[in-house]
Amino acid sequence: MMKKYLGAFMVVFVLFLYAPTLLLPLFAFNESTIISFPLSGFTLNWFSVLWQAEALQAATINSLIIASASSVTATGLALLAASAGVRYSFPGKTPMMAAIMVPMFLPEIIIGVSLLTVVLLAGLNLSIFTIIMGHTLICVPFAIAILRSSFQQLDQSMQEASLDLGESRAVTFLRVTLPLIMPGVVSSLLISFTISLDEFVIAFFLSGTEPTLPVYIWSQLRFPRKIPSVMALGTILLVLSVCLLAVSEIVRRRNARRLGQQDTGGAWQ
Amino acid sequence: MLIKKPIDQDAIRGLSQISLPFLFAMVLLAAPMVLLLAMSFWTQDFLTLDKSFTLNNIREAWFEPIYQVLMMRSLKISLIVTFVTILLAYPAAYYMSFVAPNRRKPLLVFLITIPFWTSYLMRIFLWKVILGYNGVINSTLIELGFIEKPLEFILYNQFAVVLTLSHAWLPFAVLPIFVAMERMNRSYLEAAQDLGDSAFQSFIRITLPLTMPGVVAATLIVFVPTIGDYVTPKLVGGPDGLMIANMIEMQFKKANNAPLGAALALSAMFLVATVALIFVWLNRRYLKSEGAA
Repeated sequence: MMKKYLGAFMVVFVLFLYAPTLLLPLFAFNESTIISFPLSGFTLNWFSVLWQAEALQAATINSLIIASASSVTATGLALLAASAGVRYSFPGKTPMMAAIMVPMFLPEIIIGVSLLTVVLLAGLNLSIFTIIMGHTLICVPFAIAILRSSFQQLDQSMQEASLDLGESRAVTFLRVTLPLIMPGVVSSLLISFTISLDEFVIAFFLSGTEPTLPVYIWSQLRFPRKIPSVMALGTILLVLSVCLLAVSEIVRRRNARRLGQQDTGGAWQ
Repeated sequence: MLIKKPIDQDAIRGLSQISLPFLFAMVLLAAPMVLLLAMSFWTQDFLTLDKSFTLNNIREAWFEPIYQVLMMRSLKISLIVTFVTILLAYPAAYYMSFVAPNRRKPLLVFLITIPFWTSYLMRIFLWKVILGYNGVINSTLIELGFIEKPLEFILYNQFAVVLTLSHAWLPFAVLPIFVAMERMNRSYLEAAQDLGDSAFQSFIRITLPLTMPGVVAATLIVFVPTIGDYVTPKLVGGPDGLMIANMIEMQFKKANNAPLGAALALSAMFLVATVALIFVWLNRRYLKSEGAA
């Protein structure tokens, strides 16, 4: 009895979760400039408007550069931290790890203004670089959370075997450890990339004359007649992120099957 | 006197590996925080910064009525959002973990995670489209003949902020609760049933305490960022729905008063930390009283 109610609740829950998102494609292909029902006819006009917007292309390129740089830097730093945290014990470990994880527990606006303060006081110029720094900072804790479980699942004896057989630590890392934790590295890169691509507040504070994609979208939201093309852009982003997610999910499942692990979803790890 | 422990190879390796990420956190987080604190003691006159020490900004941030109102409103909205989110997320997680068949679980998790990765800005903005004057709800209701003039009370107020924020953070709350449920040892439930507990009793006495860590994680995951949310109040809040982050941004940018902005940001952070610690403390007490800790 209870289970029936819960099942019905779950259906409503998922519908509620997705309802707003489903409006995106609906209005992206709708002819009218005004976002309201009833729909007035099919058009691809809003997509072609996007195609011609040079500011959008510049913002997309900025965002891609920032997301690539931050995800690689964050994953690199997180590899070091996760490896140290899981495999070694050393004095000051807990406070040091805590300090690195703090950005996860801070509102983004605090990180945004504190970095802005540094830039103001140091007389630096706001640029793509300042955004990369901010995004790396918030991505590192997420990357550590992912990589930590990769290191925990790692079979230590593989590395010991490699060391016993005379490989150096560096080569052991590259040829034994890294391939074994590769799924973790890939999902860390992917998640950091997505976080950076989507992040608005820090980028809003730290972007100078070079806006990121969310900052560009924000600037467009003020003009009602730009809304349909923003909807078209949102649709493209939605399709891209669903594809990206699906691919990473397939890769993860294939890996899980190969390693013979029990598959319990794992997306939260 | 320093007691020198023999530091072994492992400790050296660990320290050398963690040094870089730790240094990064110090330079980009700790140092900026110290500067933010210093900034809050200074005064800004248009673009020149007067670096003589003053407590005026802190005083203003804490005692000016407008900032008090904004701070309390942010706290209130954020607490309501957290409560609503947990209330909705818990049964959803329960369904996913206890009711859904095992083979269906990965799909459900996947379904819950997708909204995670769609643009935050777009998700918030879509609510403005739904609730707006010419929005989806109003135009549908007019089309169906239920109302003649658009309803105005559904957008640009605190209700809209609560609704939008709750929707945006729901998936983030489901996952930690679900993970806690998955980790739970199910044999306790069987034991309770064998010993005559009703389903409801064993839920209150076993499932709830054992999944509390997930609830606390979800609470913090939702509460901390929402109190500092900038986008939602700005897009759907209207003048009555503005929150502290909007004021911080204004002080840093338009008002050219970074010191006051810094004082407000630090005060907000202090508030978040205090409330978060209270949550954690309450949870400890609850778990102790349940004998689960």
